[in-house]
Formats: sequence, structure tokens, C-alpha cells
Amino acid sequence: MRGPDLLRLAGGSLRGQPTRSGLTLLAMAIGVASVIVLAGLTEGARDYVRGQFQSLGANLLIVLPGRNETRGGPPPLLGATPRPLRLEDALALERLRTVRRVAPVVVGNVLVRHGGLEREVTVIGSTAAFLEVRRLRTAQGRFLPGGDPHRARPVAVLGARLKRELFGGREALGAWLRVQDRRFRVIGVLADTGQALGLDLGDMLVVPVASAQQLFDTEGLFRILVEAREAAQVAPTREAIGQVIRERHDGKDDVTIVTQGAMLSTFDRVFRALSLAIAGVAAISLLVAGILTMNVMLVSVSQRTAEIGLLKAVGAADRQVLSLILAESAALSLLGALAGLLAGLAAIALERRLFPGFPLALEGWAIAFATGAALATGIGFSLLPARRAARLDPVIALGAGR
Amino acid sequence: MIELLGLERVYRMGDEAVHALRQVELRIADGEYVAIMGPSGSGKSTLLHVVGLLDRPTAGRYLLDGVDTTTLSEPQRARLRRERIGFVFQAFHLIPRMTAAENIEVPMILAGIAPRERRRRVAEILERLGLADRAGHRPDQLSGGQRQRVAIGRAVVMHPGILLADEPTGNLDHQAGGQVMALLEALNTEGITLVVVTHDPAVGGRARRRVEMFDGRIVVDHTGPA
Ligand SMILES: Nc1ncnc2c1ncn2[C@@H]1O[C@H](COP(=O)(O)OP(=O)(O)OP(=O)(O)O)[C@@H](O)[C@H]1O
Ligand SMILES: [Mg+2]
Repeated sequence: MRGPDLLRLAGGSLRGQPTRSGLTLLAMAIGVASVIVLAGLTEGARDYVRGQFQSLGANLLIVLPGRNETRGGPPPLLGATPRPLRLEDALALERLRTVRRVAPVVVGNVLVRHGGLEREVTVIGSTAAFLEVRRLRTAQGRFLPGGDPHRARPVAVLGARLKRELFGGREALGAWLRVQDRRFRVIGVLADTGQALGLDLGDMLVVPVASAQQLFDTEGLFRILVEAREAAQVAPTREAIGQVIRERHDGKDDVTIVTQGAMLSTFDRVFRALSLAIAGVAAISLLVAGILTMNVMLVSVSQRTAEIGLLKAVGAADRQVLSLILAESAALSLLGALAGLLAGLAAIALERRLFPGFPLALEGWAIAFATGAALATGIGFSLLPARRAARLDPVIALGAGR
Repeated sequence: MIELLGLERVYRMGDEAVHALRQVELRIADGEYVAIMGPSGSGKSTLLHVVGLLDRPTAGRYLLDGVDTTTLSEPQRARLRRERIGFVFQAFHLIPRMTAAENIEVPMILAGIAPRERRRRVAEILERLGLADRAGHRPDQLSGGQRQRVAIGRAVVMHPGILLADEPTGNLDHQAGGQVMALLEALNTEGITLVVVTHDPAVGGRARRRVEMFDGRIVVDHTGPA
């Protein structure tokens, strides 16, 4: 039997039972589309998180107060509250040879008023170095001035959105804001750089670190951002930071130092596992489609018993009957996979238009895996009905049609 | 040349054994026209199925042109069915979703014959059957007699040496049955070996040789006018 004829015969019998063929095709398509879309979702999420970390710069180290066991031990007991990080700690780190910049950070929420408008705003207290460390730009005016970080100057830099909300199109530079019971003069507006690590800087107000400490009445720092001179120096810098802090904190290791690389690889591992797990779940739908194909082919074979007997009577060998049934399921799975592929691609394209900030990834491996799995399950599960058809006794089969 | 030597076909139904064929001895020369008759259940269809290589005998030998078919593999038997034997059934057994032309084409597709040659032969046969204007009709758009003629076309499209027909007129009225028998006999005149199973004495009486069966045995084997 010739290949094209095999396909034509298979196509003919599939068209002969449009409902059943259509349903099987649909099941295959749903399976394939869900693998592609779900893989795209997790990979997209992974890319998103990667992008967030990368926007911080490869040389970044973050020093957090408190010992955060990476092994995930129990939380500190009552009374064992860690000694807070202080501005002096940050200044001490500045003296390290491998460190380029240090930005102490204090964070808190306050009420900000201007004119008749009032808004609850997250305030970041830091130094001039914050701009470079966080790779920010100013759209207008200047960022925080350099000089003695202990000076609590009443100046503030606005996030792009906060500026729009408080001032609209009006000039913000030079204006006075009321922050709690203090007054701050606006000296700059940040450029809109979107989100990073879940903190939307567009909504924030940046003030000198000492001013923020006064606002929140605290001596402690939320964290210290340290930028190493080179990516290769991140590991020795981490050691050096640990040592400096230990010396300053009576020999206690009471801070956690996080590097971008360590966070990235942890997230990478988590997301890789997650996307495999989700693809596996989606693959179950392919398995279901395979079982459906088997049932459809079984019914189809038993309904066409007389026809199969006839084919044998006019000279079809067992092998030809086998390949005919397998060709039918292969054609179904292939068409289903194709339809699923198109649906998946369309869904991803649509999602990208609707949510350009969080684009789904188009994964080559997911497409290959989904198509391969669809074909494998479709053909694999129809081996049983195909064998059954091939082994039919032609005399009995012909009698079945009467 | 068909030679059946001591042929037995026993169906096992649980503990019971049904002897459908008992010690059948039969030789049919090339080009013969044989009618097989006998009461219902006497083993006529079973005999035809064995001769058509659709069924295997339980014992005995079946030589087709001197080749012992009982030792052949399944693919070899399929090949003989495809190339040497044509089958016509009482119930036509046309594939309902296919047109008349496509039904006739099926054995040639299984044999791997090229599409151009297939089209040529289908056209030739449809012409011969007087169904040229029905080529694109599906079986449900054809009369019983037309369906049986399409089935005969399918049976002879591979130019087999042997044509086996099991009650070919059983589902047809008198006139359509006459047309079908005339077609089969014309093919026999051109040299094909024709074996027809029938209940109908009028149909059987047209054959030069009549074999009568009873309870799985051949009880009469008569050549010449009835
Ligand atoms: N698949 C089978 N299983 C068991 N017994 C069978 C089978 N096929 C046929 N038989 C038996 O074999 C015997 C011969 O059957 P066969 O069909 O050859 O008769 P027949 O002469 O063609 O009858 P009819 O004129 O009714 O078609 C019958 O007794 C029948 O019951
Ligand atoms: Mg019969």
C-alpha cells in the first residue's frame, strides 16, 4: 500500500465519523495547548523574576539585620531579637577595598500632604549612592545630595507616579510637602523605571536616611545595599562584610548577607522544578486524550468490523489493517497537536498584548514535548485497537455486518 | 486448479464439536462453472470460505495451482486473496462512505497499484458493468442490483483466476438477480473459474457442474444438464 493512499483511506474513515474524530481532536488540542501555555506561564514568571533581580545589578549584596538560616531553622526565640543595623555599620562597610558604593536603607509608611491632597506613601531613607546602586535616573532636578549622612536635611525626591498624583502637570521642584508633621522640599523627580523586586519606586518618596530615621523615630536600618567593584569580588566582599559586622557587633554573626547570584540560582531552581511539575500536570491531559483516542478507536473498530473483514477478504494483510488504524490515530493526534499548537500560540500572543509587563515565554521544549507526547500517546494508545482490528477473523467479521 | 483433499472443518463450541465439513474431496479445473447447493447449514459457505482463503481447514489439504495453501503464512495468503481470488457476498459488503469507483479501487490500493493505472481500470470496469454514469454514487444511492454489480467489479478488478460468489442473488429480485448471474457467467465465458453457492435451483441449474452438500459432505457431484 502506498503512503498517500494510506493517508487518504485513514482520512476517509475519520471523516466518516466526524463527531468522534472531532472530540478526539479537541482533547488532543486542549492537552497540547495547555502544556504550551502552562509552560509559557511558569517560564514567563521565571524570566520576570530573573529580570527583577538582574535590574539590581550583578554586583549587589544585601545586608539584612538578623541571622536568617538558609537551612530554614526555627525563628529566633523571644528575647533573642537581633541587634539592629546602624548607620555606622553602613559607613564602616564603605571603607572596604572591594566595595564601590554603600546605600543604607530605611523604609516606612507615612502620610504625605500637598495642597488639598493627602496620600499614604512608602518613604525610603537613603543616601546619594542609592541612585546608582538601584540603577535609577532622575527625570527632573537632582537626587539626594552627598555629604554627611547624619544630617537630616528636609529634602525629598518623588517617584514618577507620586509626582503625577500630587502635582499633576504642575511644577514639583521647589514645592514643599508635608510629611507627617515635618516639611520637605522637593528637589527631584525619579524617571519612571517600572517595578523592581515588587517595590514600585514610582509610588515612593526618597529622603535622606537621617531624615527618615527621625520620621520613624528609629536608629535601625531596614537593610544595607552594597555594590562590589566587580562581579568577581562579590564572594570576598561577602566575607569581608561578615567580618566587619562581627567585629562591630561583639563577635556575633547577627546579619544575613544575600547576593544576587545566590537569590537567582535559588529562584531558578525553584522555577525549573515548578515548570516541570506544571508541564507534568498538563501532560496528564495528554494522557487523558490518549485514553480517549483508544476508546474512540476501539468503538470505531468494532463498528467497522464488517468493513475490516471485507478489506481482509479483498486481500489486506494483517499488517495493512494495523497500519491503517494506526494511520488514523496518528493523523488525529497530529491534527490535534497542530490545532493545540495554534491555540497555544494564539493564547500566548493574546496574553502578551493584554499584559505586556508580564509576557508568557514561548518555550521550544514545551512545543516539542507537547507535540511528541500527543503523537506518542495517540499512536501508543491505539496499538491495542489496531491489533484487535488486525487479528479479526474475516469470516466472523463479515458476518457481523448482517 | 483447486484441489481439496480430505478437507475437514470442525467448529468447537465448548464441549461440542460442529463438523461443518467432513472429508471433502473436490477438484475444480481452471475455467469451470460450479454451483454448490444444499440445505441450510450443510457447509456451503464454510467450503467457499476455505477455498477463498478466508478460513483455514481443521484437517486435510487445499492445493491452489499445486501449492499447499495450508502451509502458507498469513501475508502470503493475503497476497493470494488479493491477486488470485475474487469474492462476491450476498450482502454486497460495499464500504458505505465510498463511491462506486472508490469501492472498486480498494483492492488495487491494497496491492499498491499506481493511481493512474487504477483510474484506467476503474473506468474500464464501470463501462463494462454499465455503471459509468454511477461512478460517483455511494452505495445508498444505488439499487441492489447495481450494488452487487459494483461488488463484482471490485472482485475482478485484480484479474483473479477464481471468482467465488456466496448467494450473490439472495438479496435481489428476479430481474436484478438475472442480470447479476448473466454478468458472472459472461466473466466465466472469458475464462474465470466461477463457483456459486445458491439455494435457488433455477440459479444452480444454469451451471454446467452442480455439487450438492448435506451435513458437511458432498453427496452429489454432477456434470452436464440437470
Ligand atoms: N463460526 C461458527 N461457529 C460455529 N459453528 C459454525 C460457525 N460457522 C458455521 N457454523 C456451523 O457450520 C455449519 C455449516 O455452516 P455454513 O454457514 O457453512 O452453512 P451453509 O450451507 O452456508 O448454510 P446457509 O445456506 O444457511 O448459508 C452449520 O451447522 C453452522 O451452524
Ligand atoms: Mg451460507
